[in-house]
Amino acid sequence: MIGDWIDVGPLAAIPLRGARTVPVAGGEEIAIFRTGDDAVYALVNRCPHKQGPLSQGIVHGHAVACPLHNMRISLASGEAMGDDEGCVPTIPVRVDAGRVLLSRMGAIATALAA
Amino acid sequence: MDFHASTEIVTSGDDAGADRRAHLVVIGNGMAGCRAIEELLARDGTRYRVTIFGGEPHVNYNRIMLSPVLAGEKTFDEIVINGHDWYRDNDIELVAGDPVVAIDRMAKTVTANSGRTVAYDKLLIATGSDPFIIPVPGKDLPGVISFRDMNDVDAMLAAAAKGGDAVVIGGGLLGLEAAHGLTLRGMKVTVIHLMPTLMERQLDEAAGWLLKTALEARGQTILTGADTAEIVGDARVEGVRLKDGTVIPASLVVMAVGIRPNVKLAREAGLDVGRGIKVDDHMVTSDPDVLAVGECVEHDGNVYGLVAPLWEMCRSLADGLVENHTGYKGSVTSTKLKVAGLDVFSAGDFSGGEGAEDIVLRDAARGIYKRVVVKDDRIVGAVLYGDTADGSWYFDLLRKQEDISEIRELLIFGQAYASGGGQADPKAAVAALSDDAEICGCNGVSKAKVIQTIVSGAVSLDAVRSGCKASASCGSCTNLVEQLLSLTLGEDYGGERTVKTLCKCTSFGHDDVRREIVAQGMRSIPEVMQRLHWSTPDGCSACRPALNYYLLCAWPGEYADDQQSRFVNERMHANIQKDGTYSVVPRMWGGLTNPRELRAIADVVEKFNAPMVKVTGGQRLDIFGIRKEDLPAVWADLNAAGMVSGHAYGKSLRTVKTCVGSEWCRFGTQDSTGLGVRIERMTWGSWMPHKFKIAVSGCPRNCAEATIKDFGIVCVDSGYELHVGGNGGIKVRATDLLCKVATERQAMDYCAAFIQLYREEARYLERTAPWIERVGLDYVKSRVVEDEIGREALTARFLVSQSFSQDDPWAARAAGVDRGQHQHLGEFRPFQLEAAE
Ligand code: SRM
Ligand SMILES: Cc1cc2nc3c(=O)[nH]c(=O)nc-3n(C[C@H](O)[C@H](O)[C@H](O)COP(=O)(O)OP(=O)(O)OC[C@H]3O[C@@H](n4cnc5c(N)ncnc54)[C@H](O)[C@@H]3O)c2cc1C
Ligand code: SF4
Ligand code: FES
Repeated sequence: MIGDWIDVGPLAAIPLRGARTVPVAGGEEIAIFRTGDDAVYALVNRCPHKQGPLSQGIVHGHAVACPLHNMRISLASGEAMGDDEGCVPTIPVRVDAGRVLLSRMGAIATALAA
Repeated sequence: MDFHASTEIVTSGDDAGADRRAHLVVIGNGMAGCRAIEELLARDGTRYRVTIFGGEPHVNYNRIMLSPVLAGEKTFDEIVINGHDWYRDNDIELVAGDPVVAIDRMAKTVTANSGRTVAYDKLLIATGSDPFIIPVPGKDLPGVISFRDMNDVDAMLAAAAKGGDAVVIGGGLLGLEAAHGLTLRGMKVTVIHLMPTLMERQLDEAAGWLLKTALEARGQTILTGADTAEIVGDARVEGVRLKDGTVIPASLVVMAVGIRPNVKLAREAGLDVGRGIKVDDHMVTSDPDVLAVGECVEHDGNVYGLVAPLWEMCRSLADGLVENHTGYKGSVTSTKLKVAGLDVFSAGDFSGGEGAEDIVLRDAARGIYKRVVVKDDRIVGAVLYGDTADGSWYFDLLRKQEDISEIRELLIFGQAYASGGGQADPKAAVAALSDDAEICGCNGVSKAKVIQTIVSGAVSLDAVRSGCKASASCGSCTNLVEQLLSLTLGEDYGGERTVKTLCKCTSFGHDDVRREIVAQGMRSIPEVMQRLHWSTPDGCSACRPALNYYLLCAWPGEYADDQQSRFVNERMHANIQKDGTYSVVPRMWGGLTNPRELRAIADVVEKFNAPMVKVTGGQRLDIFGIRKEDLPAVWADLNAAGMVSGHAYGKSLRTVKTCVGSEWCRFGTQDSTGLGVRIERMTWGSWMPHKFKIAVSGCPRNCAEATIKDFGIVCVDSGYELHVGGNGGIKVRATDLLCKVATERQAMDYCAAFIQLYREEARYLERTAPWIERVGLDYVKSRVVEDEIGREALTARFLVSQSFSQDDPWAARAAGVDRGQHQHLGEFRPFQLEAAE
């Protein structure tokens, strides 16, 4: 049975304070982040500033610094922090028994939006 | 009393057949099963006739206390919760050492291993959990033990009596307790933990690091990030082999990697089972006559591995059994661990999410780390290390969802301070301190002394630091000193610090941090953050790369680089472009190339459809538009033609530009091309505070533009002019002449010495030009030119460092290192997914 959550791989494959990507056929690439204290977030892998690949930024606390121009994005809300403005869509994600599960609807929504 | 005797059956003596009470049969004589009966008896002692089956040949004992038994602090008798008299007095039949093997829900009976079959009216399953055994070769060898029951403890004690080496696999709560017990029993213990930090589910990185350091100080070897490949041995265990090939000798291996709810019986009986046996709020399973409680259940999607939630479950279970339903609402758990006097506490969710803020207190002198996570004026999580006295207070505030906005400022100092009323204003508290109160513990400076220093003219933090040493060492009293400054100077105290701090996470400047790393021998990022009182749990994108560099520079060959603390280009070993693709620049020594290299580059451009290839301003070729997935393959092809990374992306040596020189040029005075190649061979691969560029020109016409480089050599008839501190970038700066030397050897040695001085003393992201403007050319000359012994030492240190850093990062990646950096985690084609691993 196809559930509401898609298993995209083991949590252990994402480095602490790092990210991995999941491309969506026909949609936008999703970045899955893992923070230093093991929280997991999924965001569209595209900075609201100039489309920088957020997955490649430095993760600190519950934020990521975009690799292109260092804009800081809140992982929980997808919103730019500090004086910057902009927002990137987030996708519900959870971890169960060491596997990362992405919301099927959330992922499809990015495909439809693209 | 001998509880280790084999099967023992205690009967109540009643004639069960004549008893008309409903029969409650319990499977599992453990913590939850017996507690449930205690709760029931407290409500109604006559309603049910009770029979308990236990898989273990013992009366009900306290499983938590197995750790003190292993450590030799308690005996088995001392950890018994309910002895035989309890069963007898309460008319309970105990069938110990005879596990139930089947449940027949139609007939409403259970059958035990011995064949004994008993009918029930109500059945309670409390079978707990089974230790998880990682499926590696050798897992069944004699000497491989789990840590769950008295039997395991006996086996460990027997092994420990022979001494030798023990390996504990799993650095969670259970594994660390096993390791501690075995250490006390005289074994040499190594803990193997898959994750980078110990107890990562309960502790954050900072607390995990403190714990690791303390355990190491107690003689244990802790290997984090270590993956077990195999347990080796012929007839019995002889050691453990890790995936990286290391073999650790062991006569005993304890597997403590986790537990799995024991749901076998329930599943076979057709009950609804998820991760655990599914129960409702009254602990009733999918069959109304079958209940379940303890670690074997799943309630509202959660399974638990600690006793506190079990107690809450047992209460609502008993309420339900006497038809006074209350209902279990799930539990918030906290963990308290005490190993050999080490206090650790964690509760709730410290990955707070949106809007969550961290309040962090670090006291290096006392080895304390406290972190409270606050969201919407409520505590949502806490991690305490070293001082856990306020753990229960935080946990209470957390569970009750108390609004903490009133006490927020003082929350982190604990209950005594925060609820203290009168002390609510920190400045007033400082003002109230007596004159002889100690402000700076490191240097023994009193309040009176600090004030006297301020009054006699030290009106900034720095001035106080140099005037009386207060706050000049560990810095933990910086806030106190600042408060004294503002109390003493009133409005005159500007408050701004003259030293620019490294970033917002710390009150220390770059130079202080560098000095302390060396002085205190700090060896990891979490250690620096702890000892220097970082105000954030894991720093920010400004301080982490700086700390990573400072540690790398201070401990060559020893410090393990932290990839996640590097900017994208240094992590990917290529330059990120505006569209997220990368550019690749192979090294061309001294700007020289040959047909083989050119052919390999041409082939890569075609094979990977690179949209552009360009000659750089640094005399080499740049291939554009490579996808991160293709980088390892590109590098493999370039490596095959003998090329290595050009580090066009690094805070490191970039290029050594050369001109034609004496070999061909009619004006050339020396072999500038050859010298450039030799210098590049010596300096490539080094990490620096910022990028570093070198050039060698063969005559004063200076075609290699050596006088705008970080280190430039201009060859003349009589030798080599060495120039430093040039910059052709944002703000052009021509070099200063450092000195003139006679031989090529000297030119190279001076170059190495200059680089090392810059590496050791410049601030992260400070290029040589601003560095020299700050410290002065005279200073650089005094170290590199005038002090011969010092220069030789600098050169030697550079070469030692280079012996560890001249590995081509591309070759490692092409061979599969950090594969995850380049691959997708999985791929999602709507309605179908393929995981990459
Ligand atoms: C590729 C190249 C341009 C070219 O096509 O020629 C280049 C490209 C970039 N330069 Fe440069 N610089 C290149 C030669 C130079 C030179 C000329 C030289 O080295 O002789 C300079 C002036 C000399 C100097 O550094 O003093 C130069 C001064 C800069 C600066 C300003 C540095 C400064 O101290 O003011 C930056 C910005 C920075 O580093 O913060 C910069 C930054 C960059 C970055 C890395 C921008 C960035 O952060 O992404 C560009 C990367 C593009 C890419 O993805 O490849 N680039 N850059 C050159 C690579 C040389 C090489 O083979 O490695
Ligand atoms: C060494 C150690 C230290 C711990 N320290 C702590 C701590 O500090 N704090 C904390 O909160 N928790 C701690 N725990 C966890 C805690 O002990 C468990 O959460 C608790 O024991 C679970 O209770 P339970 O009744 O569900 O399972 P158990 O206590 O395991 O009881 C289950 C019983 O059922 C029996 N059984 C299983 N199958 C059958 C069958 N078919 N027939 C008959 N009997 C069967 C088993 O033999 C076992 O005796 C520790 C655990 C261990 C092992
Ligand atoms: S000068 Fe350098 S940094 Fe600026 S656009 Fe050109 S390559 Fe990029
Ligand atoms: S694209 Fe992310 S900050 Fe510019």
